[in-house]
Amino acid sequence: MLGRILALVLKELASLWKDQKTRMVLLVPPLVQVMVFAYAATYEVTHVPIGIWNEDAGAQGAELVRRFAASPAFQVAAAPAGPADAAAALDAKRLAAVLHVPQDFSANVLGGRRAQVQLLLDARRSNTALLVNGYATAIVGQFAQDLKPSPPPPLAIVTRDWFNPTLEPQYFILPGLVAVLSLMIAMLVSALSLARERELGTFEQMLVTPLRPAEILVGKAVPAVLVGMLEANIVVAASLLWFRVPFTGSVLLLESALLVYMLAGVGVGLAISSFARTQQQAILGVFVYASPAIVLSGFAAPVENMPPGVEWLSRLDPVRYMLVIARGTFLQDMPFSVALHSIWPMALIAAALMGIAVVAVRRAVA
Amino acid sequence: MPPALAEISGLRHVFPGARGAPPRVALDGISAVIPPGMITGVVGPDAAGKTTVLRLLAGLLRPTGGRVTVLGHDMATDAQAAHAGIGYMPQRFGLYEDLSVAENLSLFADLHQLPAGLRTERVARLLRFTGLAPFTARLAGQLSGGMKQKLGLACALLARPRLLLLDEPSVGVDPASRRELWSIVSQMLEEGREDGMGVVWATAYLDEAERCGQVLLLHEGRMLAAGPPAGFLAPMQGRVFRLAVPAASRRDAARRAAAHPGVLDAAVQGDTLRLVLHADAAVPDAASLGGTALAPAPPRFEDGFVDRLATAAAPPPPTEPIRPQAGDGPAIEVRDLVRRFGAFTAVDHVSFSVARGEIFGLLGPNGAGKSTTFRMLCGLLQPSGGTARVAGQDMLRAPAAARARIGYMAQRFSLYGELSVAENLAFFARVYGLSRATRAQAIAQALQRYDLAGVAGDVAGNLPLGVKQRLALAAALLHGPDILFLDEPTSGVDPLTRRAFWARIGALAQAGVTVLVTSHFMDEAEYCDRLAIVSAGRLVATGTPAELRARVRSAGLPDPTLEDAFIALVAAGPAELAA
Repeated sequence: MLGRILALVLKELASLWKDQKTRMVLLVPPLVQVMVFAYAATYEVTHVPIGIWNEDAGAQGAELVRRFAASPAFQVAAAPAGPADAAAALDAKRLAAVLHVPQDFSANVLGGRRAQVQLLLDARRSNTALLVNGYATAIVGQFAQDLKPSPPPPLAIVTRDWFNPTLEPQYFILPGLVAVLSLMIAMLVSALSLARERELGTFEQMLVTPLRPAEILVGKAVPAVLVGMLEANIVVAASLLWFRVPFTGSVLLLESALLVYMLAGVGVGLAISSFARTQQQAILGVFVYASPAIVLSGFAAPVENMPPGVEWLSRLDPVRYMLVIARGTFLQDMPFSVALHSIWPMALIAAALMGIAVVAVRRAVA
Repeated sequence: MPPALAEISGLRHVFPGARGAPPRVALDGISAVIPPGMITGVVGPDAAGKTTVLRLLAGLLRPTGGRVTVLGHDMATDAQAAHAGIGYMPQRFGLYEDLSVAENLSLFADLHQLPAGLRTERVARLLRFTGLAPFTARLAGQLSGGMKQKLGLACALLARPRLLLLDEPSVGVDPASRRELWSIVSQMLEEGREDGMGVVWATAYLDEAERCGQVLLLHEGRMLAAGPPAGFLAPMQGRVFRLAVPAASRRDAARRAAAHPGVLDAAVQGDTLRLVLHADAAVPDAASLGGTALAPAPPRFEDGFVDRLATAAAPPPPTEPIRPQAGDGPAIEVRDLVRRFGAFTAVDHVSFSVARGEIFGLLGPNGAGKSTTFRMLCGLLQPSGGTARVAGQDMLRAPAAARARIGYMAQRFSLYGELSVAENLAFFARVYGLSRATRAQAIAQALQRYDLAGVAGDVAGNLPLGVKQRLALAAALLHGPDILFLDEPTSGVDPLTRRAFWARIGALAQAGVTVLVTSHFMDEAEYCDRLAIVSAGRLVATGTPAELRARVRSAGLPDPTLEDAFIALVAAGPAELAA
């Protein structure tokens, strides 16, 4: 029995490696995704196109405009001709924000009256709008402080950001990618395995051998788990060596959690594979499962902010638990006792999914 | 002489190699003229270049070299103008499986912008013609293979093309439907004669070549010969004989006859041997070949092909070591086997038994239940009822143990294309539980016996068809099975490769291996010792090929072919069994 399983595992790994297309699919996109996610998905904004409609002819208005132009956050575009033009530019997304400096701005500043400027924001891009608002408020506040220095307020907050002192977004994203990318690969490898054999006709050739359904299942699961683990460690290595994300926790803890996690992913993949008639259907199935799994996991939006029903649903998502452990082992030296709270639900989910896979594969085989 | 519909000159087509394989020359130096008023057969085994010729004629490919002119338009520059006059039916069914028969027809009518009046008239005519009229509401995906092909044909004929290109319309179609397809196309051709219509029919079935007006015989991308089929038969006149041999020793006799210097080709046909002699050979004596009587026989198209292909006599296959057999009793015993799919009974109380060392054929039209029976016997499908003992094991109770005793070769090449020959063999050796020592020995033997040693390191997917087939056979036999299951093993291969394959199978049977074949390819059926014909889920007839032929012999049909017997017995149905 072990010999037959070994035969299948060796064959799977050889097939994956020998097929140039598969090899590229396994190696290249994950690395590209690491680069894309890590560099593109930052929470800072720079060079936001902003239009400044300055009706003020005075020096104060000009100074404010100069300060906006000097900020790396903004890219000042050609000035809008009027309110209609500004509205049209926002509407067409040519501009993310418009700053309106009214006619009486300089006069009010010099006269010691309260001077106002208006900031129009495109709130369809809510995150950018929020950040632009923050930057603009800071620029205007600094200008006000420079015009008329005031005594420091009697109370102040002093913040220190633990675990990620400089708030590097990559520290947050890369450990998440360890979980997300490895799951995608493990699911793809397992989902394609049976579907591919079915498409090529080798499935029946395999079924007429003495291989039993359980052996086929194990022989298909092991290579997918191995490849998923390899993928996770490629992302770990890229995080440590290229992006210099600190790793403070236990490698053993991370790897054991990954193993449990991969079993969950492969369970889903094999179940999909046993239903899919073609590789195309299998790939679709993977994406149908993966998109909600990633959204629910807390990879992008925190789980704590989700409405109760959705939050509860996210508890069935293995990615959620793996994210906690991945971020924990990277950034906060998560002890085993704490990690256990995430590992046991994940193990339970993996067991359930594997159970489904066993039933599904048996159904496909018999 | 009316102007030609299409002209091909100096045609060459090269496909870039995939995955590091060298570029593949699909066609080289093909020149031909397609005249109106006849069916031009593009004939040749798989991978001969038939599809490439048709796709070039249809303007779907640009030739690497040479010229294709269709209806006066140069296809390299002016394909769009020619398209209006071309009807093309691709090999893989260009219909929409989720649309009904009527919806498919109306979609194709829309695509060709047929005016409303003309459309109703033509659709009605084609439906009547193809016999599809009662099935207009049925989804195309639920039609049988033959009906799908007829619908495809109807769609291609809707626009009344002047040049009709049919890419292997008869593949996967049972003999009765195949005859219908031919008669439909011949009638359409007759009706379109005034418009100067012509048909190009690609086929791997050499017997179809005889029905064509002219034949372009392709082999491995080259044109072996071109001309009317009679031209292929003429040089074979007086060189074909039928040798009556004792049924028990007919395979022995075939081996002996093949070794005779004057014999070009010897094929088992029922209880006779069909001999083709070399051009200048003297007629040998029947007794010296182990037969009882020698009678001249009419040549077939295939003989002409073999004559052109065979440069030297193929060496006889190595004899197989005699297999020790555990236990006794028949190799396969099937009793009241039933398989239902929902309310539909695909196999309805089928019983037969196959003796050890016998080559047994399961024949039947599409959807008759022969594949379902076959799949139950090799463990791919669970029976709904009845018993099936295979190699002494109960297929229902101990399927894994039974599977260890059988070898299976699928119709399509179904080994791992990305692995090398040796890796494929190693995988199956391990899966069948061969120990380390026997594994190495079995693989070495297989490489040698099946002529694979030279390609052991090559990626299986890039091998030529004939080599792939030997590899598949080697893999199926690696563990020394008692029973070999073959699913249309030689459809689409050239006659020489088919001969060589069946010579190996014959040697295996002589060594005691039982062989179960399923096919609707009559040439394959001829190699069987005994046949079972299945129709509508029931067993219609069993017997040797000679017995089956004898059953349909009549005054109007004094010398029926196996195909005649098959069609008549299927039409007669199970009642025949009671008679």
